[in-house]
Amino acid sequence: MGTVVTVDVRDDRPGADAEADIGRAIDGVFATLRELDARFSPYRPDSEVSRLADDLAAGEPPDPDAMSRDLRFVLAACDHLADSSGGAFDARGHRTDGRLDPSGFVKGWAVDEAARALEDSGLRQYAINAGGDITLRGGPWTVGIQHPDLRDRIAARVSLRDAAIATSGLYERGDHIRDPRSGETPAELRSLSVVGPMLTWADAYATAAFAMGLDGLAWVERHPGYGAIAITSDDRLVWSPSAAASLMRLSS
Amino acid sequence: MTRQPAVSSTRLGLGLASLVLAGLLLIGFKGPDGTLALGSSDGGSGTGGASGASGGSTQGGATSGGSTPGAAASPPSTSGSSTGSGSGGASKKAGTFDGTPIDVGYGVVQVEVTVAGGKVTKVTELSLPSGGRSGRISSYAAPVLEQETLSAQTAQIDLVSGATYTSEGFQQSLQSALNQAGL
Repeated sequence: MGTVVTVDVRDDRPGADAEADIGRAIDGVFATLRELDARFSPYRPDSEVSRLADDLAAGEPPDPDAMSRDLRFVLAACDHLADSSGGAFDARGHRTDGRLDPSGFVKGWAVDEAARALEDSGLRQYAINAGGDITLRGGPWTVGIQHPDLRDRIAARVSLRDAAIATSGLYERGDHIRDPRSGETPAELRSLSVVGPMLTWADAYATAAFAMGLDGLAWVERHPGYGAIAITSDDRLVWSPSAAASLMRLSS
Repeated sequence: MTRQPAVSSTRLGLGLASLVLAGLLLIGFKGPDGTLALGSSDGGSGTGGASGASGGSTQGGATSGGSTPGAAASPPSTSGSSTGSGSGGASKKAGTFDGTPIDVGYGVVQVEVTVAGGKVTKVTELSLPSGGRSGRISSYAAPVLEQETLSAQTAQIDLVSGATYTSEGFQQSLQSALNQAGL
């Protein structure tokens, strides 16, 4: 099973030429995603990440000179996130087998990278949705935050322009997310969404902050431009100051 | 698992003569946890250190492979040589951990967290004005959170953000459709 990625592009230019241009740009988005998936998926035995994970599992020291620039960036970013989150984000500890798996970072980053195909084509109104983690250009776009119990309902709405939103959560029993620090499933929150300028960081922050529980909202708030909206296990909607502006209140 | 491009260049007649093109792709970044894990399961190798327990120097190491237009406030990457900080998922960590110093544009920020029983109990901000730690300047005060009772809404929206599980059924269905389509 993978992640479904949908791309929506809106453009006012009429005609078949514009349509062809946009079609090519969307192809470019998927080409980038396929390339990055091939290189960074831990589920592909021949990916750069799998080769490195194999080496590490065999006790061989990593050789930065043999890594691509992108892989070094991904690893450095994962290190940075692990440091700044006190271990709540961890490219290794979240797996039962301890194997290197940076996909919690790669997904959001890959989408930001892929969006460049649209930018390069001059498109400025689009949405890329990768399994519920979304990067938005133009707008305002109204995004619903999934209700944890009711699949056909949302629990909140945010209005976003040139921004991203990512949600980590646990709607059912399962071990989809474990806190790498304790090995336990977070209990305080049902879900946590991060809004901010780039999906790369919104996605990673959501993963880390969800594992932290309510402390995670304050932690997200530490990052300029990023805010958090969470659904607690006792059915409250809680948000940090930076997310307040994007949240569409029921009364509005 | 496939990462086949799927179908679609669907044109939808959206009100204002604006052209909407949509495309769809299935990729495998997030698979089901562990079920497709490859190779041997080995928890013991690698770096295995406590996460972040270094004073951390910001070397001019690897940088982003190019930031996305409109990038803002993204932390700079640090030295690119390490391999992901390992942490034993089983044992509860305790102690004080310093984050990597991060240049946020208007200064360098470094965070120190205190962990007890596997939980963050305190977050402190350190400052590094010019290459050295000057000491703690302020205790980190948690922002005031607002809250309201959870409601179920049906208001008009463009997209839904949710954890991936929500789309499992959709994905499986889509996958089977792709398989049938020979994609």
